[in-house]
Amino acid sequence: MKKLLGLLTFWRAVLVILLGLGLYATYVRFTQGLGAATNLSDQFPWGLWIGFDILCGVGLAAGGFTLCAIVYIFNIKTFKPVIRPAVLTAFLGYLLVIFALLYDLGRPDRIWHAIVMWNPSSVMFEVAWCVMLYTTVLALEFSPILFEKLGWERPLRFVRAITIPLVIVGVLLSTLHQSSLGSLYLIVPEKLHPLWYSSLLPVFFFVSAIGVGCAMVIFESFMSSRAFKREIEMPLLSQLGRVLVVILMIYTIMKLQDLADRRAWAYVVTPNLESMLYWAEMGLGVLLPMILLAIPKVRLHATGLFSSALLVVLGFVLNRMNVSITGMEGWAQAGYFPSWMEISVTTMIVALGITGFALAARYLPVFPPAEHEAKTMEESPHMAWAE
Amino acid sequence: MARKAMLIDITLCVGCGLCRDACKEQNGLPAGEETKLNANAYTVVQDHGNDVFVRRVCMHCEVPTCASVCPVGAFTKTADGPVLYEESKCIGCRYCMQACPYQVPTYTWDQVAPRVRKCIFCHTRLAEGLPTACAEACPTGATIFGDREELIAEAQRRLREEPEKYVNHIYGLNEAGGSSVFFLSAIPFEQLGFPNNLPDHPLPMLTWNALSKIPNIVAVGGTALYGLWWIINRRDEVGKLQAKLKEMEDRKE
Repeated sequence: MKKLLGLLTFWRAVLVILLGLGLYATYVRFTQGLGAATNLSDQFPWGLWIGFDILCGVGLAAGGFTLCAIVYIFNIKTFKPVIRPAVLTAFLGYLLVIFALLYDLGRPDRIWHAIVMWNPSSVMFEVAWCVMLYTTVLALEFSPILFEKLGWERPLRFVRAITIPLVIVGVLLSTLHQSSLGSLYLIVPEKLHPLWYSSLLPVFFFVSAIGVGCAMVIFESFMSSRAFKREIEMPLLSQLGRVLVVILMIYTIMKLQDLADRRAWAYVVTPNLESMLYWAEMGLGVLLPMILLAIPKVRLHATGLFSSALLVVLGFVLNRMNVSITGMEGWAQAGYFPSWMEISVTTMIVALGITGFALAARYLPVFPPAEHEAKTMEESPHMAWAE
Repeated sequence: MARKAMLIDITLCVGCGLCRDACKEQNGLPAGEETKLNANAYTVVQDHGNDVFVRRVCMHCEVPTCASVCPVGAFTKTADGPVLYEESKCIGCRYCMQACPYQVPTYTWDQVAPRVRKCIFCHTRLAEGLPTACAEACPTGATIFGDREELIAEAQRRLREEPEKYVNHIYGLNEAGGSSVFFLSAIPFEQLGFPNNLPDHPLPMLTWNALSKIPNIVAVGGTALYGLWWIINRRDEVGKLQAKLKEMEDRKE
């Protein structure tokens, strides 16, 4: 018994509990329907599973295409060491988005319908195709990590030969997909609160995804350095922090310009729940980290950099929730708050993501090896980091 | 077949609920006196006090938002007016419910294999040359059925002849590009829960503006990315080659 408890470390216990609750909710969801498991209604048909699992899940996976573009297209090889964790996150992210979609779709058994039943005027149709195609691209981009581990030379050479076209297709699909999640809400001009409804929604979604992609890379590198007692790539991540400052700046200017164009200033200063959430999102999630990261002392300090990146991630999540849930509640007057079963499915999916990442990071060559190992790896050709 | 429509004159409605009952019978829905649209009620009559009763029913838009957003094309607008739903295609994403400006489509939330439910404009009756069940059942003429153009003319005639009785607006004529169901009222429509902030153009235009840019993004973006890679990496290769040449020359000397 004592031995058993010893095995069950704190985080493993947390994981088991989250899995247990999530599996119970899964059982209810698939045996009694959406109505029994969720607080969704005719007045509020999209809730946490769309707002967090899909919108945030896809956004947090944006580091994959951002870093692929930086390293392979712009040829900034400095960032090569963090490209693998970014691609891993993206791949896991998309797999989990598809997994989560099975919960939210009323008829998950018909998820394949979009392949054969086309409606090109639908943003959702575009989303479906982007998810299918980009998940395939990510699987290919991720495959070298697996092939290296297994020592499969020939497929490895093949995937490396098509790296550039693959990256270009990946960047295009991500651009379309990140922005099309914003386009989903273009159709509800009368429902979404004017603080968030804008014809520029697709552009905002795209730019903020690039920002959060960079922030996630910083965040993960920091977490995994602690988990695996690995040296953290500070100079590199600080550089990424600098990129983040520029992206947040572009985002801020576009948001201000948009408010001015739509003459929506009044909503920002009207004291109500929406404006408070807007301030939280823009102030704490965009402006504060932007200022913090602009200060060299903060950017060059591991904790400072990590906290700023975390703020960006939280701000991003809040933005997606505001667009999809809180910004819609005023109109719907349905008072939606996710049920505990919705929440437990979501936390289970997050836990699965973290577990998947940790397992991959432990057993596959995801992170750059420490100095003394790097030498031996360079000697064996199939373990080389260059293509 | 000429495009059919319904005209609902709120001033004539007495709230008897016969339209609702006829609808339930026609569509085989369980009896009940719902006041909110749901999977068992394709139309309801809402009491707004002072003998004002308002029917809620699918508007059967000219350019339906639900049909535009459905990823698998489960909704179709037929030539004679109805907007139909094909259950066998539906994947249950509920984007139609999210996007409908009138909040009409409802869902069978309690089923494991749920489906969308909404008024289907009695399309089988229409095919037989019959009016919709609700219009046929209406004892006061508050709901009438007919050719779309004729009903618009009728609504305009009522507004012209009794301007003091009505607010000067045919609801559904221009909202979101127009519908196949029109309302006349003595009370401003926004006070009766009708959305009053809808644009005059069809909502699908909003997403179509974004979607139509995709081919350009792919073509221009793909070329630009490839071009960028080509230029930047060429520079890199040339640099390496020059360094190598220099090295060779240095060795000669």
